[in-house]
Amino acid sequence: MNCDICHTEKATIFFSQMAEGKLQKVNLCKACADDKGVTDPTGFALADMLEGMGKQTAVEAGPARNELVCGSCGFTQTDFKKTGRFGCAGCYHVFDEGLDGLLEAMHKHTRHVGKVPQRFPEANDRVAASAPVSPGETNPRARLSELRQALSKSVEDEDYEEAARLRDAISRLETILGES
Amino acid sequence: MRFSTLLKKPAEWMRTPGPENDIVMTSRVRLARNLVGFPFPGWAKKDDRARVMEKVRPALEELAEMKDSFSEEMTQLTAIEKQVLVERHLISREHAAKGPGCATVMNRKQTVSVMINEEDHLRMQAIRPGLQLLAAYRSLDQIDTELEDDLPYAFDRQYGYLTACPTNLGTGMRASAMLHLPGLVLSEQINQTIQGANKIGLAVRGLYGEGTEALANLFQISNQNTLGMREEDIIAHLDRVIGQLIANEKNARMKILEDRPTMMQDQIGRAFAVLKYAHIISSKEALNHLSMIRLGCDLGFIPEEERECITVLLTEIQPAHLQISAKCKLSPEERDILRADIIRKSLIGLTPPDFGSILTDRDNDDE
Repeated sequence: MNCDICHTEKATIFFSQMAEGKLQKVNLCKACADDKGVTDPTGFALADMLEGMGKQTAVEAGPARNELVCGSCGFTQTDFKKTGRFGCAGCYHVFDEGLDGLLEAMHKHTRHVGKVPQRFPEANDRVAASAPVSPGETNPRARLSELRQALSKSVEDEDYEEAARLRDAISRLETILGES
Repeated sequence: MRFSTLLKKPAEWMRTPGPENDIVMTSRVRLARNLVGFPFPGWAKKDDRARVMEKVRPALEELAEMKDSFSEEMTQLTAIEKQVLVERHLISREHAAKGPGCATVMNRKQTVSVMINEEDHLRMQAIRPGLQLLAAYRSLDQIDTELEDDLPYAFDRQYGYLTACPTNLGTGMRASAMLHLPGLVLSEQINQTIQGANKIGLAVRGLYGEGTEALANLFQISNQNTLGMREEDIIAHLDRVIGQLIANEKNARMKILEDRPTMMQDQIGRAFAVLKYAHIISSKEALNHLSMIRLGCDLGFIPEEERECITVLLTEIQPAHLQISAKCKLSPEERDILRADIIRKSLIGLTPPDFGSILTDRDNDDE
């Protein structure tokens, strides 16, 4: 079977998609698939998300042409589809429908756990939460990175019993910290 | 600081050695930040971009780190000057193409550089020699914290630092190391190494980032995920993988020396001959031979003192650097001639690789 786009190369990638209740099939060669971004996982997730957003808007806005627009910068869903980028910080809230799915696919996580600016209203709470509770007690995050280091060392030393024990301890701690 | 001053000095990272420097050329960390209340640069009107620049540029110039900095609007730089900054990894290729409302600020040592209104309002970068990702992050983190007082950052409790592209969301941090992996290339293990890194969420790219060729056996490895992990954990993960890559590269080199010593001698000897005596040489050919000379230093066939010269040459023989040194625009043919001249002059003191001692020692060990 030859590629549906170039008709010369042998098709090696078979892409099926449900659209409007019909199953559509496309057969592509590696070069054409790369060219169309079919094999790019982030591109894929983007398509999924845009589809999700599209449906949402249809319900909310009625007429198909009436799409979601960011009130502060005028960016539209179509713009996002075209560029893969947002117009302003506010867009993250206007277009948040389906965003978690996209972020999950991109980052495997949907919630920020890193640095928080000092002037951010909750910054102080955050800092307090991640700081040692009392002088003798270890900060759970520091403990987590200690455990991770110990894990990679035990793997290097081929001490697999210790590694298994550490792996379980890490996953328990990650669950507590909501990181897993 | 003027552009000419910037040019005269190779960046600090080229002249000072760092940890694991035989395999890790540099460690870089960049942070993406945006200001509240302004559209992201790609969507902003010219006026908005100009207003962002007017806020950000003075805030940067006031930092202690940026004393006597190089600070210029992109419209004030010539095409070749911008290309020089790209070749030194101080700005991105995308930023070099930017016009009004975009600027670049960097410190004297060329270890910290900030692009204003690239894809985000601020893209700050710290660069260090060798494997020092955490140190690079810490220095940048301090600058970021200082800037926070003057610049209200777009930040969200759930999503972290808000960036134009969701792939940078969260920490806005991309940490990357430039690795010299001739052993893995020569032993044809590089593709499988790249695929392995991709599987665990890391990207491997060529010398000048996304979509560029891996010249001089140099590869950049960086984190893909920016959301849901702490900055230090992202770096620790990357450090572990790089540690493994260093071990693999060293094994590959030893294996080649054991199994195919003549091939290794041929590659290094051939590189020496071409670089010493060529009068016309393309950028690609020169970079790949310089890589072999560097490998020769690592393996003790070529004196260690040559390493710095090789590192500087990797940048100096690139097209824009050549044209700046010639003070005029050059055709590709003229560049190839000038490149060969510069290399011959730089390597004038380079003595032929001495394979004898090491290979004989090895033979003795075997007996």
